[in-house]
Amino acid sequence: MSDDNKTQLKKTPLDTLHRELGAKMVPFAGYDMPVQYPMGVLKEHLHTRTNAGLFDVSHMGQAFLTGPGAIDAFEALVPGDYKDMPTGKTRYTVLLNDSGGIMDDLMATKIEDGLYIVVNAACKDADFAHIKSKTAGKAKLEILEDRALLAIQGPKAGDVIARLSPETIDMTFMTFAKVSIAGIACFVTRSGYTGEDGFEISVPASMAGELAKKILAEPEVEAIGLGARDSLRLEAGLSLYGHDIDTTTTPVEAGLRWVINKRRREEKNFPAANIIMDQIENGTERQRVGIKPDGRAPAREGTEIQDVDGNAIGIITSGGFGPSVDGPVAMGYVKTAFSAEGTKLNLIVRGKAISANVVKMPFTPHHYRT
Amino acid sequence: MSTIKYTKDHEWVSVDGDIATVGITAYALEQLGDLVFVEVPDAGKSVTAGDEAAVVESVKAASEVYAPVSGEVTEGNPAIADDPAAVSGEAGGDGWFFKIKMSNTSELDGMMNDAEYGEYLSSLD
Repeated sequence: MSDDNKTQLKKTPLDTLHRELGAKMVPFAGYDMPVQYPMGVLKEHLHTRTNAGLFDVSHMGQAFLTGPGAIDAFEALVPGDYKDMPTGKTRYTVLLNDSGGIMDDLMATKIEDGLYIVVNAACKDADFAHIKSKTAGKAKLEILEDRALLAIQGPKAGDVIARLSPETIDMTFMTFAKVSIAGIACFVTRSGYTGEDGFEISVPASMAGELAKKILAEPEVEAIGLGARDSLRLEAGLSLYGHDIDTTTTPVEAGLRWVINKRRREEKNFPAANIIMDQIENGTERQRVGIKPDGRAPAREGTEIQDVDGNAIGIITSGGFGPSVDGPVAMGYVKTAFSAEGTKLNLIVRGKAISANVVKMPFTPHHYRT
Repeated sequence: MSTIKYTKDHEWVSVDGDIATVGITAYALEQLGDLVFVEVPDAGKSVTAGDEAAVVESVKAASEVYAPVSGEVTEGNPAIADDPAAVSGEAGGDGWFFKIKMSNTSELDGMMNDAEYGEYLSSLD
């Protein structure tokens, strides 16, 4: 990375704090982001699984979509049911294109006058342009440029936030509330991207540093970088946009048919509903599956998957070492005939076949606050 | 008495007669982070300087360890293949990767000594 490129990278409101904490910074989605702190990816991962980790995810896109027509207009872009969802509830969904491909995956929360949405950093400009043009005249899109987003994840996250914000104690997984944390006005969802309990905290950019320091001052909490964020989500079986899902994959192929909610299946009024409903009824040629390589060698993204007779049947889309599993873990697409749990596969790593099995995900159990 | 040389790829080479013992430096280890998988070459493998000879993987990524000299691998270190945490970064220490019976010892000539490697490291910051 040249210095020229480096100067063009955007910085999050926590940039100074990352440097004070000794983070190793890398370019990610146009931002200069902490990939790890001095603790290192392995220990950061394990710390999050046993205590609590604080992540800067301010590079992600936040917006309000409001107005009387907001819910209807948003439903026209996604297969999720937001009409029948109570206010204060958060739901994961996908933006679909006209061929049923996934333009992005996102979280949308029902608020009093519409939706609060959080989208991926790399997709946010395209997502917001798409949402804005498709909802023009029906809803107002307000992009929240001046807000940071922090995530606290791990089994101690609930205790830590309850200490700083008693009003969060009764929040359950995938709910939203406007609260005060350590005296700072925030809005939070009890959600995350690690498979653990936790919160995503939206805070005014000007207060983000102060809030992060107050949370980091709690004894259970360490700052965690993007490296561990990736290994945590992989063990949790959660897809990474641009790798495990993209415009060439449909939610049915991606094992996300649960995002097509019942009412929407009946109404068939989301993008490419005919294609998606046909796939739900008749199946797809390929499926995203969890893959557990035998032995210790990780099989990385791009690794060819073969059947036991040596025929190419798919590709790894995310793969690495799972510190909590204490072994390699992966996910990828295989021909549907090879997608059943327990199917034996070979992964071609550095020219050699490594035996592997199709397994159920997650690789580590989810611990959500239900 | 063995002599220790360093490469720009942050490997150390401990030379004893025509046997070169190869490892990675503390700097390399720090860049890689905690290692979770190490693959070392089998004895008998013939290598040319610059060939990929071993693999080290962290949680994040896989990296190669190159053969700094040409020759025949006489031994890969089973201790680090069994336990990647045994890779130490200590030049000449127990956390070595492989030993090569050198076919061309003049390949050592372009390598750095301890002081030169120290200067090279400071030039990187």
